[in-house]
Amino acid sequence: MPTLTYVMAINQALHQMMEADDSVFLMGQGVKSPWYVGNAANGLLDRFGPDRVIDTPVSENAVTGAGVGTALAGMRPIVVHPRMDFMFYAFDPIINQAANWYYMNGGRLSAPVVVWGIINRGGEQAAQHSQALHATFAHVPGLKVVMPASPHDAKGLMIAAIQDDNPVVFIDDRWLHGIEGEVPAEPYAVPLGRAAVRREGSDVTITALSYMTHLALQAAEELAAEGISAEVLDLRSVKPMDRAAVLASVNKTGRLLVCDPGWQSFGASAEVAALVAEEGCAGLKAPVRRLALPDLPAPASGPLEKAYYPVAGDVAQAVRQLVQSQS
Amino acid sequence: MTSAPGKDRLYVMQYPRDLLLDLHRRMLAIRLCEESLVEPILDGSIRCPVHLCSGQEAVAVGVCAALRQDDYVMGNHRSHGHFLAKGGRMEALVAEVFGKEGGCSRGRGGSMHLIDPSVGMLGSAPIVSGTISLALGAALAGKIRGDQRVAVSFFGDGATGEGVLYESLNFAALMHLPMLFVCENNLYATHMPIGDCRPACALSDIARPFGMESVCVEGNDVLAVLAVAQEAVAACREGRGPVFIEASTYRLRGHVGPDDNIQGTHTDIRPPEELARWRENDPITTFEARLVAEGAASDEELARMRGEVGREVEAAHAFAAQSPHPPAEELAAHLFKHD
Ligand SMILES: Cc1ncc(C[n+]2csc(CCOP(=O)(O)OP(=O)(O)O)c2C)c(N)n1
Repeated sequence: MPTLTYVMAINQALHQMMEADDSVFLMGQGVKSPWYVGNAANGLLDRFGPDRVIDTPVSENAVTGAGVGTALAGMRPIVVHPRMDFMFYAFDPIINQAANWYYMNGGRLSAPVVVWGIINRGGEQAAQHSQALHATFAHVPGLKVVMPASPHDAKGLMIAAIQDDNPVVFIDDRWLHGIEGEVPAEPYAVPLGRAAVRREGSDVTITALSYMTHLALQAAEELAAEGISAEVLDLRSVKPMDRAAVLASVNKTGRLLVCDPGWQSFGASAEVAALVAEEGCAGLKAPVRRLALPDLPAPASGPLEKAYYPVAGDVAQAVRQLVQSQS
Repeated sequence: MTSAPGKDRLYVMQYPRDLLLDLHRRMLAIRLCEESLVEPILDGSIRCPVHLCSGQEAVAVGVCAALRQDDYVMGNHRSHGHFLAKGGRMEALVAEVFGKEGGCSRGRGGSMHLIDPSVGMLGSAPIVSGTISLALGAALAGKIRGDQRVAVSFFGDGATGEGVLYESLNFAALMHLPMLFVCENNLYATHMPIGDCRPACALSDIARPFGMESVCVEGNDVLAVLAVAQEAVAACREGRGPVFIEASTYRLRGHVGPDDNIQGTHTDIRPPEELARWRENDPITTFEARLVAEGAASDEELARMRGEVGREVEAAHAFAAQSPHPPAEELAAHLFKHD
């Protein structure tokens, strides 16, 4: 199977979907500059022209609203926000409008828009260039939220998001863009709402999202050498969440560490923990633990930034404590 | 309000020599400070994104020279000049860019978050147009208190794409707020030339439907900017605000970092001839030439000033170098006041 980077897997999905369906188009800041969206939009402008690959002014609210409107008018728009933070200006069209449209109009018309936000953390960019907002969107009824961790899923979930008849928030992370993996050449969809077991294990379940999946896998490797067998579950989809997969894994291992690339309080990690609490997994051997970002804005200064973002060692350490603790 | 004095130039000798030299020194301080960051950016010792304002100094200096210390200023991602022109300490700026505890934001913000409340610099933030409504609030505070303070919002031409600018123009006009909307039109928003961002219409026209005074000024001529700003500030203090000022200027460096084409991205699509033309129109060298030609200063005086400012820049770097990084144990500090 061919190997692609994560960002080129997205690029391939866009090429294939725009080729297959004239109603699919891409709009947002920087789609004609590699500076913003990495190489995700490579070649699209040349191939599909400026009516279907639209580099926009700095107007997130209007452009996202226009995306929603084109969706209502029968198109399949993808609206990209190269720094997810700037999507705050687009909250009204995404949350008030797109998310509610189908329900509040009694199922008459849905808005099949893909709103694509890129998390752009690190690099001493501080609080307004770093925010992972998946939990915020996942909180809103009527939105689906996906966060692929691998090149395979980046392509498959982008295709599934474009094909979905509802608004989908697709979230990637610049730290993932260079990751390589096997990606089938033909178009394929990874179903929304389906988790994937990335590594089998018997002592503890680690659920993860996006970049955190890679930290969890590294940690699992480290723990294996110590005789701790960790199962790594990549949720892939924040909402709908694959509840069955989480429960099946925790029922097997009896321990759960929830890893989340967003802030801890009131976040996506709470949803996973609540699921296990509500369903009461059989024979839970230790209290559920969470590993997420501290409830703080991202600091600029290097040493603070280092303390702010978890690394694989933090995941491993949390698992060790989990394995030692008793319920 | 009169339009740009631009063509029929203001003669420097109409101005007190002290003022002229002060304007020049402030521009020089911004330029030399900015340029001193280039090496450390390239060698990786500065890691935060730095949007240099080299070439745009006359706007910040001309506007801020018309303000009182207690007037308010808010800026954007490219605000080193606004911060220094308003009287922010250079050592605090340099330390901030290096992520040090001695920085104006204690290293928590980096280059894009510059603040010094003691001189009216209420802050800067890189969300394009995000501080315009905050400056609106600062002007509103001045109006409610009746303390004659003026608030200035500095933003780029790119910000004219955002709806909040128009909402703020409307509210400011409706409330007759003492506010200057200063649009630094440097013709580009990241990789996009202004022609790709807006239909052809003068930026200063966008304020007219709100019944607001608006003026277009030659932004690389510090005296022209000063004249326009003084008139606008006076109008605000007399309750005839707000005023919109479009200052045409150009950044001589990349959008972020010294040159957008580093790292092989080739995002600087600006024609070299255009850059060369604007280099000719450098606000600092052209002003120097005028000062000398019109007898306000000698070459020796200016050279001496350059030396002094250069030493100030060195001292700022020395301060930053000896300032520690914020300790990791203090990651959670400053989330809430009085915790
Ligand atoms: C809301 C928002 N959208 C997009 C960006 C990304 N961005 C940073 S600077 C910039 C261009 C700004 O251009 P302009 O306002 O003209 O200022 P200049 O950089 O030219 O000084 C953009 C689009 C941002 N920081 N904030």
